[in-house]
Amino acid sequence: MTAALRFNNLTLGYDRHPAVHHLDGAVDTGALMAVVGPNGAGKSTLFKGIVGMIKPLAGRIERGELSARDIAYLPQAAEIDKSFPINAFDMVAMGLWHHTGLFGGIDKRGRRRVEEAIAGVGLTGFEDRAIGTLSGGQMQRMLFARLLLQDARVIVLDEPFNAVDAKTSADLFDLVRRWHGEKRTVLTALHDIDFVRANFPETLLLAREPVAWGNTASVLTPENLLTARRMCEAFDEHAAECAVPTVAA
Amino acid sequence: MYDWLLGPFVEFEFMRRALAGTTALALGAGPIGVFLMLRRMSLVGDAMAHAILPGAAVGFLVSGLNLFAMTAGGLIAGCVVALLTGFVARMTELKEDAALATFYLLSLALGVTIVSMVGTNIDLLHVLFGSVLALDNQTLLLIAGNATITLIVLALIYRPLVIECVDPNFLRSVSGAGAPAHFAFLALVVLNLVSGFHALGTLLAVGIMMLPAATGRFWARDITLMVVIAAICGTVSGYAGLLISYHAGVPSGPAVILVAGVFYVVSLLFGHVGGLVRQMLPQRHLEA
Repeated sequence: MTAALRFNNLTLGYDRHPAVHHLDGAVDTGALMAVVGPNGAGKSTLFKGIVGMIKPLAGRIERGELSARDIAYLPQAAEIDKSFPINAFDMVAMGLWHHTGLFGGIDKRGRRRVEEAIAGVGLTGFEDRAIGTLSGGQMQRMLFARLLLQDARVIVLDEPFNAVDAKTSADLFDLVRRWHGEKRTVLTALHDIDFVRANFPETLLLAREPVAWGNTASVLTPENLLTARRMCEAFDEHAAECAVPTVAA
Repeated sequence: MYDWLLGPFVEFEFMRRALAGTTALALGAGPIGVFLMLRRMSLVGDAMAHAILPGAAVGFLVSGLNLFAMTAGGLIAGCVVALLTGFVARMTELKEDAALATFYLLSLALGVTIVSMVGTNIDLLHVLFGSVLALDNQTLLLIAGNATITLIVLALIYRPLVIECVDPNFLRSVSGAGAPAHFAFLALVVLNLVSGFHALGTLLAVGIMMLPAATGRFWARDITLMVVIAAICGTVSGYAGLLISYHAGVPSGPAVILVAGVFYVVSLLFGHVGGLVRQMLPQRHLEA
């Protein structure tokens, strides 16, 4: 199996403080992988690095033949201006960016695809609603519809099921499963350990440094989870420079 | 009645020119104002209006009340401030508003210094309040040209501009067009302020940008309609303001802005979307 993403001694962070420290490994093409760890473990930072929003402090991320457009990203707290006068249809239609670009129009086929995506997340009838009138769960459904249209080979979801009810998260996870069936690579940050055990074959347990990575059952052991919690508690404002050589591979 | 409404424009060429000027100005500035408002940059127009002052002043210093020199100077000063602001906001912890505040104040201080060193009070009045009743051919062409450029460029950058307002992270993840579109937009703001300052002066130029835009917000839930309403409202304000200024003998620039202000207050009170009176009227809620 080929790797979709490969991390080589990757360190990501802010102001020289590492939030992800010396991560090595590869994400296989078509993997359905959970990224688990306490708050502040570096999950969001890792995802931002993967989509190229922040540059590594050291090491590198190899994306193989993937270009930026092949990676779709759903941030944890999307900075969406809900007061903006735009309706759900137009918002979902943004997912067609790679077809329309800056100037292209949306033809009949495009409109049908948007409608199908909206139906796929159970929001039919909400097309003309202003986004400010959607509930939290409906908002998340709308963002998943946009992801559907992006048709990306790698999909990165940062805590997508936070603050949505059981029905919504079940519906949305059905889409994740469908993406997995279509051989897309899906990385998801999650806090619900039982949910991860039940649904994700592969897990990366992160506590700034990788604690364990591989088969979910062997990663999510009580010992590993305890180690992860302890490691995240240690943060030093005046940390010395890291001695591990940062030779780029 | 006919004489009252159309007479001044039929009779006097300077009134026709003024009407053409305010109309062109409103068509370009209205849509720009809507985007400024939606990007929460309503006061940016005001700040930029001050920022163009030293450029116009240097232009004046070099070649007197010369249209081309003052326009070029204003454009350069405005773009320099816009670029510095954007650069500092994107590269440092300083937010856009703070970065703009620092640079526009420096620019303004510089502008006032230059104007008072070399100019007379009359020149200062021209720069501050414009002269919509004395638009020559060149100025009229400049304003119309700027309006044309504005509408074309706005059409080109419309999509990234909208997406960057609603969901900046999404735009960043699919395209690098956000920053160029933002700078192009700021350039359009400067362009319209330069147009505006010939007609209405640096202080009031922002009025024909923001008041119609805020008016549009009370009548439309959809950005396209908002833009159309803003442009129409600005145009009508121009016409009505000139008319009132002619009949009542009040200065024309402020009259135009005051009419736009009347539209705004009426919309604020009775607007279809979130107007105050409408909010206060008891309305039965719907079933679903």
